[in-house]
Amino acid sequence: MTDRRGFLRLAAGAGGASLLAACRPILLDVSRLNDWVGEKVLFSPRRLARQYDVSERTAHLPSYFISPTTPMLKDPAAWRLRVDGLVRRPQELSLDDLRAMPRTSYTVKHHCVEGWSAIATWHGVPVSAVAERCEMLPGARYVRFDSFDSGYSNGWDLASAMHPQTILAYGMNDNPLPVAHGAPLRLYSPTKLGYKMTKYLVSMTFTADRPGGYWEDQGYPWFGGV
Amino acid sequence: MTVAPPPAPPGPPGPKAPAVKRHHWIVRLTHWTTFVSLLGMIMSGLQIYSAYARFGERGGPYYYNAFQDRQFPAFSRLGGWLAGALNWHFAFMWPFITGGLLYLSYLAYSGEWRSLLFRPRDIRGAIEMQKYYLRLRKDHPPQGKHNPLQKLAYTFIVVLGALSVLTGFAIYKPTQLSWLTALFGGFQAARYWHFWAVWIFTGFLVVHVILVFVVDPPSLRAMITGWYRGRFPSHD
Repeated sequence: MTDRRGFLRLAAGAGGASLLAACRPILLDVSRLNDWVGEKVLFSPRRLARQYDVSERTAHLPSYFISPTTPMLKDPAAWRLRVDGLVRRPQELSLDDLRAMPRTSYTVKHHCVEGWSAIATWHGVPVSAVAERCEMLPGARYVRFDSFDSGYSNGWDLASAMHPQTILAYGMNDNPLPVAHGAPLRLYSPTKLGYKMTKYLVSMTFTADRPGGYWEDQGYPWFGGV
Repeated sequence: MTVAPPPAPPGPPGPKAPAVKRHHWIVRLTHWTTFVSLLGMIMSGLQIYSAYARFGERGGPYYYNAFQDRQFPAFSRLGGWLAGALNWHFAFMWPFITGGLLYLSYLAYSGEWRSLLFRPRDIRGAIEMQKYYLRLRKDHPPQGKHNPLQKLAYTFIVVLGALSVLTGFAIYKPTQLSWLTALFGGFQAARYWHFWAVWIFTGFLVVHVILVFVVDPPSLRAMITGWYRGRFPSHD
C-alpha cells in the first residue's frame, strides 16, 4: 500500500514538474508580450523619472557583480570605452573624453527586480550624446553594452537608450564612481530595473538585431522597464 | 424582480427540489479562471517575496511585517526562482484582469450588479443578518438573491481585486505610472499593500470555501454546471 502511495506521489510530483517544465516556452512567449507592452505602450521616451533632494539619499545601496571578486582594472589609465557597430565614426573614449562631454546629474530612486529600492545621485554623460558623437546610423535599433565583469552584458532598445535620463555614469553621490558600483563607468537609468544597467563598461555597440543579456538569457524580462 | 417559472433541469428530474438556473456561463467561467489565476498569482508572489522579504527603503525603517526575512514553505511557492516566479506572475496577470473585466462587464450588461452591489441602504439589513447569524434574532430576515452580508462580501472582494491590480501596476511600473505609485504612498508602500492583499484574499478564500461546504454544498455544483438544487433556491 505504501509502495503504491509512494509511487503515486512520485508520479504526481513528476507529472507536476513536467507540466511546469512544459509551460516554460509559453511563459517566455508571454514575457515577450509583456516586454512589448512595456516598451510600446507604457514606456514614454520623454517622461522623466521623479528626482529627489540629495537629503533623501538612502544610506545603503548594495553592490552586485557576477565575478567571484570585485572586478578591477589592472591599468585604469589604459581604459577606454569602445563605441562601434552601426555608427559612422567608431570611438575609443577615455574617462576624460567622457567628462568633457555634456554632464547630467540627478538624484533618483533605484528599483531592483528583487523588490528593494534606494535613492542615490548619479553623474554622467547621456547615451544620446555619445550616439550623436559617433554618428549613429539609421539602421541602429538596439544597443549592446559589454563589461569586464565576467562577460556580463545587456541589450537595450534604442528608445530606452536615447531617453534623456539614460547616462554613462562616472560619478555617484558627488564622488567618482566606486569600484563596488561599476568603476570606471556604468550604465544608469531610472526607467530600468537594476540588472539592465551594465557596470564595468568596456564597449557599447549599436546593432540592428536584438542583443541578449546575462540575466535576460536566463529568463528575466528583457525590457526590464519600471 | 418577479419570479420566473424555474426552467426544466437539463437531466432527468430528480426526486427532490427542482433544479434552478443559478449562474450564467460567464459567471462560472470567470469564477474559475479567477480562482486559478489568483492561486497562481499568490504562489508566484510568495516566491517573488523570497528575493527581498521586507518592506521599506534600503537601510530602513521597515514597515511592520510578521514575515520579515522569512521564506514561505516550498509547496506554497511557484516558479522555482525569482525569474521563473516573475514570468508566472506576469503571465497570470492576463487571465486575472481579463476575467475580472469580463465578469464586471457581464454584471453591468445583465443588470445583475443590482443584486450584488452593497449600497448604504444595505447596512441595516447587514446588521439584521449579522444578528441572525449570532442567534440574536430567530427568523431569517427577508432578502433578495443575496443577503446583505453576501453583498458586502462580494462587493468587497471585487474592490480588493481592483486594489491588488492597481498596487501591482504601481510596483510593476513605478516610473511610467508614478502617479499611481504616489497614490499608494510610494514604491515600498505599494509593495506592502500588495502583500496585504494576499492575506485578505487568503482569508476570504478560506471563509468562502468553509461556508460553501458547511452551509450550502449544492452551491459548488451550481458554480460548475450552473444548476442549483439545494436548500436555498432563488429568493428573488
